[in-house]
Amino acid sequence: MSLVQSVDNVALLPAYLAAGTAVLVLLADLLVARAAATVAVAAAGAVATGLGSAVVGAGGPRATFCVAADCSYVYGGRAALVGALFALLTLGMLALSGPALRAGRSPVGEYCFLLACSMTGGVVLGAAGDLITLIVALETLTLPLYVLVGLRRGSLASAEAAVTFFVVSVVATTVTLLGAALLYAVTGGLHLDRLGALLAGRPDLLDVPLTTAAVALVLLGLAFKVAAVPFHAWAPATYDGAPLPVAAYLSTASKLGGVVALLAVVQRALPAEVTGPVLAGLAVLTMTVGNLVALRQRRTVRLLAWSSVAQAGYILAPLGALALAAGRTADARAAAYAAAVAYTVFFVVLELAAFAALVALRPAGADGGTLADLRGAARRRPWVAGAFALALVGLAGLPPGLAGLFAKVTVVRALLDGGAGWLALVVAVNAVIGLAYYLRLAATLYAPPAETAGAGGTAAPAEAGVAAGAGGAAGSRPAWAVLGTLAVATLVAVAVGFAPQLVLDLAAR
Amino acid sequence: MSLGQVLLVAALAVPAVGAAVVALLPGDRAARVVGTVAAGLTLLATLPLATGDRSWTAYGVNPAVRPWHRLDLPWVPALDLRFHLGVDGISYPLVVLTALLTLLCCAYTLWRVPDGGGSGRALVALLLVVEVGILGTFLALDLVLFFVFFEVVLLPMYAIIAGWGGADRRRAAAKFALYTLLGSVLLLVGVYVVVSAAGTADLLALTGGTGLSRGTQLAAFTLLGLAFAVKSPLWPLHSWLPDAHTQAPTVGSVILAGVLLKMGTYGLIRVAVGVAPEGARWAAPVLGVLAVAAIIVGSLVCLAQGELKRLIAYSSVGHMGFVLLGVATLTATGLQAALIGNVAHGVITGLLFFLAGAIKDRAHTGALAELSGLRETAPRLAGLLGFAAVASLGLPGLAGFWGEAFAVVAAIGRGGPLWTTLGVLAAVGGALTAAYLLRLLRRVTHGPASPAVGRIGPGLAAAEWTAWAPLVLLALAVGLAPTLVLGVAADPVAALVGVLR
Repeated sequence: MSLVQSVDNVALLPAYLAAGTAVLVLLADLLVARAAATVAVAAAGAVATGLGSAVVGAGGPRATFCVAADCSYVYGGRAALVGALFALLTLGMLALSGPALRAGRSPVGEYCFLLACSMTGGVVLGAAGDLITLIVALETLTLPLYVLVGLRRGSLASAEAAVTFFVVSVVATTVTLLGAALLYAVTGGLHLDRLGALLAGRPDLLDVPLTTAAVALVLLGLAFKVAAVPFHAWAPATYDGAPLPVAAYLSTASKLGGVVALLAVVQRALPAEVTGPVLAGLAVLTMTVGNLVALRQRRTVRLLAWSSVAQAGYILAPLGALALAAGRTADARAAAYAAAVAYTVFFVVLELAAFAALVALRPAGADGGTLADLRGAARRRPWVAGAFALALVGLAGLPPGLAGLFAKVTVVRALLDGGAGWLALVVAVNAVIGLAYYLRLAATLYAPPAETAGAGGTAAPAEAGVAAGAGGAAGSRPAWAVLGTLAVATLVAVAVGFAPQLVLDLAAR
Repeated sequence: MSLGQVLLVAALAVPAVGAAVVALLPGDRAARVVGTVAAGLTLLATLPLATGDRSWTAYGVNPAVRPWHRLDLPWVPALDLRFHLGVDGISYPLVVLTALLTLLCCAYTLWRVPDGGGSGRALVALLLVVEVGILGTFLALDLVLFFVFFEVVLLPMYAIIAGWGGADRRRAAAKFALYTLLGSVLLLVGVYVVVSAAGTADLLALTGGTGLSRGTQLAAFTLLGLAFAVKSPLWPLHSWLPDAHTQAPTVGSVILAGVLLKMGTYGLIRVAVGVAPEGARWAAPVLGVLAVAAIIVGSLVCLAQGELKRLIAYSSVGHMGFVLLGVATLTATGLQAALIGNVAHGVITGLLFFLAGAIKDRAHTGALAELSGLRETAPRLAGLLGFAAVASLGLPGLAGFWGEAFAVVAAIGRGGPLWTTLGVLAAVGGALTAAYLLRLLRRVTHGPASPAVGRIGPGLAAAEWTAWAPLVLLALAVGLAPTLVLGVAADPVAALVGVLR
């Protein structure tokens, strides 16, 4: 074995671009010291990363940092998709942060730098080929978020959210690392494909209790990251305390990261006989608990947070098909992975649109507020409210949100192809529960404003005052960047709603 | 593209584009006019669909479904979803009925926008979107496409009830949405049970149940049957219907009762029975018993009902029970009865809801206790109500007769103690139907004029005549010449029954 490795720099280009963005942002903040320049550098870097991911991904799979046949960095179609998505989400978050940054709630340079670091983690994550790269990339993705969550100056809730998130996330990472270490102890391998081959080739390894424990620990640690029940408790508190754009990033990019990591280990490394039942159980719990608790939420971001917990359940559901032998044939497995990826893509687009609309409807730099604050939004901003309603309906999985409909259809189809009809029924029933709160939120937008709700006098004076204040503040137009993000996300959602084959093809690569 | 294919696309594209234009036009009145024109053009596009090629040898795929026109384009291959439309004798009457009722509702909205805060423009746009969904459901020849269109209807209808309905509209609308979504998610699972097993979603290939094992067929029929039973609705899954009807605005009720419920019965015939005939045979006794229970329960509830719209809503449960009984017999007579019962119920109940809405709008109450003597103050309205009620109770010579009579005949003709009993019970239910409709007439039209009725003037607006006259004429026409429906449906039903054997 040669000690000098040949490094495929083309495969690493997206990672270089992302990391370079972080460095350039830091330099721009130091040297130019103008907020606009810093944000512009970060945005340009995100665009370059996205383009780089797509271009490299179009050229066929590449691998580097290889030891014999095992590679630590594999850049294929999935990695390109993930990289491009992370870059786009970063761009979207920058746009959503505009009003808050301008209001001086957060230091611009640090904000953009941390965001770029997080993007770097995401880009590398998609290409990770061994457990160490995977965990390090996931931490690079998450670490800056601890700070970003707490970056709202003078907000106690923000600081609390950051601490909660930090503690839970560090514990989760430790658990995953422990699992990885135990796996190494059992098999002597860390590369995902090698682990997969080893565990498949030696069924006797599965009889060692340590193997099962190791697999379970890796899975559970990653389940924290996607906020799957029962490892979800951090999500609502963190989302609600974080600044709105950061909450958007948490529920899209961070969740995407967790899903990618989970998929990587489940698809390539771990034995489906062990992961399948665990994932099926997680999926059922996550969907059901997320939806049921979301029913009772009064605060908008908490509702979206619980709903995104439930959505994580739908993402995990197709993987639950691996629990049955019929779901472990090559075709059914491929369909299940593709369905999980496709659902994630649809979900990320719709969730970004929902958060963008919420940012646009709220005063600059404000938190998500309560549902009552959104009353009458459709009268003040019909287009924004319409886009919000479309995104919510999509998340509920109904037309006219065709993207969400096809996302649900993809999951159900993958489950039935894998013979897991019972899980498909659970998904179906959960879709009904989900509609109840999405409808409540969407109907609130179209309800008469609190001031004129009138006769019943149900609106408490304080609440009416808040709504009036919100209405007054929202009299100023939302920033164009926010509206632009909303428009782009909505258009993408509509486009993939009519041509879901685009997403399904990308997801199957 | 042939003319027929252009017409198929136009039937969906015209209302869809119309809805978008209506939503974007600035003027409220102008937008409503545009919407009505779009609905009219849609009706014009659906009417000539009957001029199709009926030389069936043209399609050698499967003899069970022979569409007159067909359009087949790929859409999402990964989900087995094709944009596959077609029309035949089973769907054609329903397609025309949908287009007609939507046009009448849009025209009615030109004249009067229901109270409740929403703009008339938005209401017309939503009516057109609902029309797209319903027409798409009737025209789809691809299982997945059928499901997609089935879902399209849900939220616009929710918005119509929630935006323009009565005092308790929010709760009723949410109940409607959740209940029917439960039905449609079961449909989704059922559809993919079939598609996964058969490897295709093409209804032409699937009809007859070829290639599906008995277990798959039973599972599929259970899921699909439940889905359509919620929509139809079949007792005991009907409880969303009375609330939705009572709270919905008049045009919402008309569309809901007139054609939306038919998506359930149509789906049962075309999809559930067609795709899983073995499952249908297995479940037929249960379906028959529930259908007769619906007839009896619906009639009894109506006898005790004190609210006008609620009474008509419950009468729908009973009438749809006859339709479902017809389907459950799985005989040519029964299916024919179901199809003509569908159309007749759509026409008559549409008219009844229009009239009930007119009475409620004028008297500001729907309570039977506060209504009496309509004959004294508004003889024309009372006469029309009498006509519609008599048509609804199944007087020979009017549209309601054929569906109910032949459902009973089919059940008796099926033979055996169970079906004979069901037939007899259904006939008793028919008598009960007559009883409650006559009770309704006695309470509303006869007696001294109550204070609420006393305020009503005798006149009817021209818009009301325009909206109601076609329905009155159709109720007469279908009653006198049932072959209007039975004629076009005879051959497709015979073909379907052929594969059921």
